Amino acid sequence: MSQNAASAGPESQEPGGGAILSVRNLSVEYKTGQRPNDPAHRAVRDVSFDLYPGESIALIGESGCGKTTLGLAILRLLPKLGSIPAGEVLYRRRDGTTVDVLRMNPDELRRFRWSECSMVFQGAMNSFNPVLRIWEQMYETIRAHDRSVSKRQAYERSAQVLEDVELDPARVLKSYPHELSGGMRQRVLIAMSMLLNPQVLILDEPTTALDILTQRAIVDLIHDLHERLDFAMIFVSHDLAVAAELATRVATMYDGEIVEMGDVRDIFYRPQHPYTKSLINAVPTVAEKSSVLSGPAGSESDG
Amino acid sequence: MAELLQLDSITQVFKTRRGEVRAVDNVSLTLSEGSVLCLVGQSGSGKSTTAKIASGLLSPTQGAVRFEGEDIYARGKDHKRRFKKFRRAVQYVHQDPYASLNPIQDVMTTLSAPLWRHRLVKTRAEARARVCELLAQVGLTPVETFLPKFPHQMSGGQRQRVAVARALTLGPRLIIADEATSMLDVSIRIGLLNMLTKLRTELGVGFLFITHDLAMAKHFGSDGDMAVMHVGRIVEFGPTLDVIANPRDSYTQALLEAIPEPDPDLARRKRAARIAARQAAQIGGDTS
Amino acid sequence: MTQILDPSATEFKAPPPPDEPRVGVFRTVLRALMRSRTGFVGFLVLLFIVLVCLIGPFFTPDNVPTDVSKQFAPPSLAHPLGFDNEGRDVLMQVINGGRPVLFVGFMAALISTVIAVVFGALAAYLGGRVDSLIVTVTDIVLTVPGIILLAVLAAFYRVGSSWALAVILGVLGWPGLLRAVRAQVFSLKEREYVEAARLLDLGTTRIVIREILPNMASFILMNFVIGMTNAIYNLAGLYLLGLAPMEGDNWGIMINFAWTRGAIFYQSSFFWIMGPVLAICILQLALVTMSRSFEEILNPRLRHN
Repeated sequence: MSQNAASAGPESQEPGGGAILSVRNLSVEYKTGQRPNDPAHRAVRDVSFDLYPGESIALIGESGCGKTTLGLAILRLLPKLGSIPAGEVLYRRRDGTTVDVLRMNPDELRRFRWSECSMVFQGAMNSFNPVLRIWEQMYETIRAHDRSVSKRQAYERSAQVLEDVELDPARVLKSYPHELSGGMRQRVLIAMSMLLNPQVLILDEPTTALDILTQRAIVDLIHDLHERLDFAMIFVSHDLAVAAELATRVATMYDGEIVEMGDVRDIFYRPQHPYTKSLINAVPTVAEKSSVLSGPAGSESDG
Repeated sequence: MAELLQLDSITQVFKTRRGEVRAVDNVSLTLSEGSVLCLVGQSGSGKSTTAKIASGLLSPTQGAVRFEGEDIYARGKDHKRRFKKFRRAVQYVHQDPYASLNPIQDVMTTLSAPLWRHRLVKTRAEARARVCELLAQVGLTPVETFLPKFPHQMSGGQRQRVAVARALTLGPRLIIADEATSMLDVSIRIGLLNMLTKLRTELGVGFLFITHDLAMAKHFGSDGDMAVMHVGRIVEFGPTLDVIANPRDSYTQALLEAIPEPDPDLARRKRAARIAARQAAQIGGDTS
Repeated sequence: MTQILDPSATEFKAPPPPDEPRVGVFRTVLRALMRSRTGFVGFLVLLFIVLVCLIGPFFTPDNVPTDVSKQFAPPSLAHPLGFDNEGRDVLMQVINGGRPVLFVGFMAALISTVIAVVFGALAAYLGGRVDSLIVTVTDIVLTVPGIILLAVLAAFYRVGSSWALAVILGVLGWPGLLRAVRAQVFSLKEREYVEAARLLDLGTTRIVIREILPNMASFILMNFVIGMTNAIYNLAGLYLLGLAPMEGDNWGIMINFAWTRGAIFYQSSFFWIMGPVLAICILQLALVTMSRSFEEILNPRLRHN
């Protein structure tokens, strides 16, 4: 069970004190069968943490630990079989008021999504609508969350975000998804998530399925955007190296719980929890000199 | 060390709607008994096609595949015998543990099928004993519990170990591992690689280890050789540690530079160096 | 400093996966059947029809007695389906008439499924010239219009028995299924476990029979069931056109006689034509809905869920 209320960040115990996003005792369940008596699987158990302005938190863990589910739950984008039996997600708006995302009505939720908090989904670079041009998809996204934006404003904003991700707007906006490479599509997705200038950006496995050179470009891009622009970031990854590059704080998840959380250097150089230690030990490095422990680990019997 | 498998100027051309694609372009590799060769490349580099050619699943458009000096595809009187000898000596482990095992067969059936087929056992007791031995070799213990299991009842790492056990049934001298760890969880990978290393040291099985992950290659193949592939060609070859420490080819250098480091301070230093290099290049360009 | 949010876990050890209790085959099949409610209902209805058609005739006279005084008599409690133009009880005829239909339908489906599976799998697995040959023959048979071929065959070849009828219908049904089987085998052939079997030199026969076909078992079964429904429809069609031997009481003959002897003109003889028609329709419906359960029975992944 993780400790509630206290988080490993510099500020206090009160909900939202300085933090932009406070997750408090959040639990998420998935139904395992159609009948009401079927047991539910707890994908996220009693998770709490705070996200401060300008921070970048990495949620690391292996498959099935609940990190993606946690990301989706914050935006209430869980699939039909998922439900949130307990917890709060406190969000501090730009005007200073705090609101619980889990208690928002559909209208507020629609405005919250994308303009306050947006997400880049795992593997989404392969789920573009193949028959719509990029401009159309960006325009639809804007319109879905903010009706007040005019077509001209939407166009300007789309061009702006594409420039931010180092793409040529004139060319990309009129392209179809299949005309762009995997790396370019990932950049477009990142751009789309920034369209309405959110305060919080959640990225789920932003570099999986990309080749090393493209991965390097995207990691550098994300780092750059994070430094330049004003948003706080939560990213989910199973790749510790990406976490080391991009995070200011790291939370290790196992079986739905956060087992350790702290500053990135502490987690990598002085891990305390046995699971974190085993994860760090399991990542081979190419660099010769490195202060991170490396070497063989892991038991044989369970494979 | 004796030469086991040799790929001699292999070229593979695929005909697609857009014309011809040279997936593999004039590649030559030699694998010796008991040694490890890491074939590193990104997607589209031709490494998987090379693996398929080396394992005899695909015959190359040009070039020869020699096993113990004899061309396995050459027509001749004892072509069948040569190919059969090759088949038993060279085996393959697939990337996807979820697809490489027949979903409706349990572990005992999957592992005993090749034993029966090639008459390596005569009784059921013998088959069972041999299967248990194989399971123990790949670290799946207690072995009896695994015999009746179906693939969906096992984790990815366990399935991959069963796949390795299957590859061991015919007593191979070379195993081609095609991205065998890519779909496994991070903490499971090392366990699997250590098991493969044990097979190398205890049974003398050689490995052709194909991966896109240079760090994984370095860990597994540190006392072997590394070949880096790019658009179908081998752009760099040499002892693994040497290639990583002193890459001569620009593509290899770019790859090594691009690898993210699981070390926050190092990552920061490398990024600063990259930015400095870029700025220097820009300034250099302005003043020229 | 980092904070351990789970101080109780001082040593980390992954829990072993839970062991499943062994359950007998019968229980799992029953559970799988029940998983799809419509499928299970279909199965029960089919079971009922099969039992009635196989056992029922022991309780009804072999030759349903005629009674001219009861011509087209309306249905009553003792004779729920009324009488036909010869004063014979329609219900008894329906009970008697199912067995030949079931037999011919089943055998025809079996013949066409076996041909389709054997040749479709070989064509896809071996490829090359074998494949081209089989596909060409299939296409030729496929382009011939079924019912016309049936009519011609039935007219020229003196159809003397149920077996002959089954063969004719079976020979017509295989092209469509062959193409479907071939497509499935093509896709399964590329699966990694099939490739692994090839690498282990397990042999073509073994690979096709043990690795490929079992993974298509539900597909084959479903197509078998559909083949059976097609055969039954074609059979009814043949009887209606009078191209099949008019001996016995089967449903097809009943429809033919009812149609040609004016049952549609009398209100009270409604069941003479509707009896067999409904029987056929309910049988078909049962077959089709039951096939929904098949996927679950044969896939252990779903079985153990």
